[in-house]
Amino acid sequence: MRFIVCIKQVPDTTSVKIDKRTGRLIREGIPTIINPEDKNALEAALSLKEKYEGEIIVISMGPPQADEALREALAMGADRAILLTDRAFAGADTMATAYSLGSAVKKIGEYDLILCGRQAIDGDTAQVGPQLAEFLKVPQITYVSELNIEENKVVAIQELEDKRVRWEASLPALLTITSEANKPRYPSAYGIMDAYREKEVETWEKKHLDIDEERIGLEGSPTSVKRIFSPEPKGKGEIIKEEPKESAEILFNRLRAKNII
Amino acid sequence: MDFNLSSEQKAMQKLCIEFAENEIAPKAQEMDRTGEFPYEIIKKMAKLGLMGLPIPKKYGGVGTDYLTYVIALEEISKADASVGITMSAHISLPCSTLYDFGTEEQKQKWLVPLAQGKILGAFGLTEPSAGSDAGATQTTAELIDEKWVINGSKCFITNSGTDISGLVIVTAVTGKREDGRSEISNFIIPRETEGYSQGPKYAKMGWRAADTRELIFSDCKIPKENLLGDLGSGFRQFLQVLDAARISMAALSVGVAQACLDASLKYAKERIQFGRPISKFQAISFKLADMATEIELARLMYYKAAWLKDNGKPYTKEATMAKLFASEISVKCANEAVQIHGGYGFMDDFDVSRYYRDVKVNTIGEGTSEIQRIVIARQLGC
Ligand SMILES: Cc1cc2nc3c(=O)[nH]c(=O)nc-3n(C[C@H](O)[C@H](O)[C@H](O)COP(=O)(O)OP(=O)(O)OC[C@H]3O[C@@H](n4cnc5c(N)ncnc54)[C@H](O)[C@@H]3O)c2cc1C
Ligand SMILES: Cc1cc2nc3c(=O)[nH]c(=O)nc-3n(C[C@H](O)[C@H](O)[C@H](O)COP(=O)(O)OP(=O)(O)OC[C@H]3O[C@@H](n4cnc5c(N)ncnc54)[C@H](O)[C@@H]3O)c2cc1C
Repeated sequence: MRFIVCIKQVPDTTSVKIDKRTGRLIREGIPTIINPEDKNALEAALSLKEKYEGEIIVISMGPPQADEALREALAMGADRAILLTDRAFAGADTMATAYSLGSAVKKIGEYDLILCGRQAIDGDTAQVGPQLAEFLKVPQITYVSELNIEENKVVAIQELEDKRVRWEASLPALLTITSEANKPRYPSAYGIMDAYREKEVETWEKKHLDIDEERIGLEGSPTSVKRIFSPEPKGKGEIIKEEPKESAEILFNRLRAKNII
Repeated sequence: MDFNLSSEQKAMQKLCIEFAENEIAPKAQEMDRTGEFPYEIIKKMAKLGLMGLPIPKKYGGVGTDYLTYVIALEEISKADASVGITMSAHISLPCSTLYDFGTEEQKQKWLVPLAQGKILGAFGLTEPSAGSDAGATQTTAELIDEKWVINGSKCFITNSGTDISGLVIVTAVTGKREDGRSEISNFIIPRETEGYSQGPKYAKMGWRAADTRELIFSDCKIPKENLLGDLGSGFRQFLQVLDAARISMAALSVGVAQACLDASLKYAKERIQFGRPISKFQAISFKLADMATEIELARLMYYKAAWLKDNGKPYTKEATMAKLFASEISVKCANEAVQIHGGYGFMDDFDVSRYYRDVKVNTIGEGTSEIQRIVIARQLGC
């Protein structure tokens, strides 16, 4: 079987600070990590590989420093790593990201399962996985907390807020994996040595892909971020403790005074 | 000069930080309380390769440089000194001795399972009447009928009596030299050898989960080929091994000192007295500033010693300075950490009380501070 795992390198948000003046992330000196749920996706692939054998390809779109994240994935046991990096990819929104990743998947060729994290802790949209599935026209199961391969299909439990749903999908398929799915293994020290000394991270640029330039990077992104700000903390709520009837009246008058009703 | 760690070194460090925080730190208090040896943790570390980091791949290890190994050791020790000394007494002593002086056969037979962490190794130098004066060894080895017969005893030997302890390398007198002093040789003694027994685990002030015991040899017979290196080279062997081991003792000390600083800084920012965090009092913030400065200096010194070793340059003086300084500031940092915590620092529930007990041995084990100063002074030509 061939598994493709999409990983994103993200700032370690536990140590992220915001520049109070500009409202931007201070990226200098912030350690980066593999997006946590992408590690769950990789762990899922690793344990499936232990059962069914096969090959795990990790792929990431990002700046050259994303090499580190891919090496970590290799150290955890991935077989092959591909870094999509090119100035032309920079500034991509979720759609352009999914399109670029999809073009790389097409270049890879045959595969059985694509595993993404449910959501990235920085961009936080949870859109890339679903968009990628749409682009590749393969079935998708999102928010997966359990998965297995049975005959020629994948069986997965989707974890929704109020219920758990069991889905089956034919292969190839794309799943987005949640943190409940497993506990990602540590990369071993042996693995780290191999990742840095024996294995390679392949670098793919725009020119290596069959890609429509109008659909990538900042230019190819239909959405843009207008403003980044920290929401004001909500003020303390007020509790009106009169008899129900009086309380209702006070509330009604207050809302009316504010032109809410 | 380049102070950057390589990506590979950073990746190893990150692995150890995560492992230490998730797998070791949560158990540290309990291990200290019960004194139980951390089998599960050591097993996991072995699987990750952490029990054989600087040993080449072909001998079962990972093949990192020495610097990477000691950086890893700092992070492990930061979470728990008992686990740190277990790792360090295994790698820096028996593994290193076998790697430096063992024959190819001995390496295949003993170093491979040691570096893979399948068995734990110990190094027995100290004796009841040969501590700092390690050359005063009284344990003897005699070749009788093609077998070495060992008699004597050792004390304070780390990693010697756990369920996974596989061997001890011991120094023993094999004759007299021309100058009248004892000729010392090293021997590999498998755990199950008849005539070799271990006393009960010592009750200790710190490093409580680490396994330290007295060893007794009475007509303990081992095969002739268990002589390690050349006959009579034992003294030179352990001097060389201890030189490098000092770098690891420095790293261990820095790990615990850093834990002292981290805990104290956090506490000082949270603890309010006289209407403000105690970190706002100069008396407290200057303690923290001194701790941070000394830790940084100690770390730089052990990095440098490891770098010298990795680059094939002499490092005895620097390694000794690193061990002396790092161990002494670890004691100082732990003392200040308890002080900053006030009465809470005296309570078992606070990690700093464990650090306080754990660090004291840093200025004693693998050569006391006094001995470190003698070595440095000799290096200066005194
Ligand atoms: C400074 C900044 C500016 C931005 N500007 C814009 C903007 O103008 N418009 C806009 O729409 N978005 C913008 N984004 C968001 C950016 O486009 C997204 O970070 C990116 O497209 C991925 O979306 P996400 O982070 O929400 O990932 P999600 O959709 O939450 O990620 C889900 C999963 O998809 C996979 N995945 C996501 N990204 C990658 C990747 N690069 N490589 C491999 N796998 C991946 C991973 O498996 C991940 O777990 C900006 C982000 C930042 C930090
Ligand atoms: C927890 C623990 C684990 C240990 N693990 C091991 C191990 O795995 N293997 C091993 O071989 N040993 C081990 N040791 C032993 C350790 O290396 C010795 O304790 C140490 O070398 C000091 O020897 P000693 O205890 O006999 O002290 P002594 O040598 O008796 O020293 C007593 C005091 O006299 C001072 N002193 C001695 N000589 C001089 C001098 N010439 N000038 C000035 N001052 C001097 C010392 O500095 C010290 O202050 C361990 C010890 C402990 C406590």
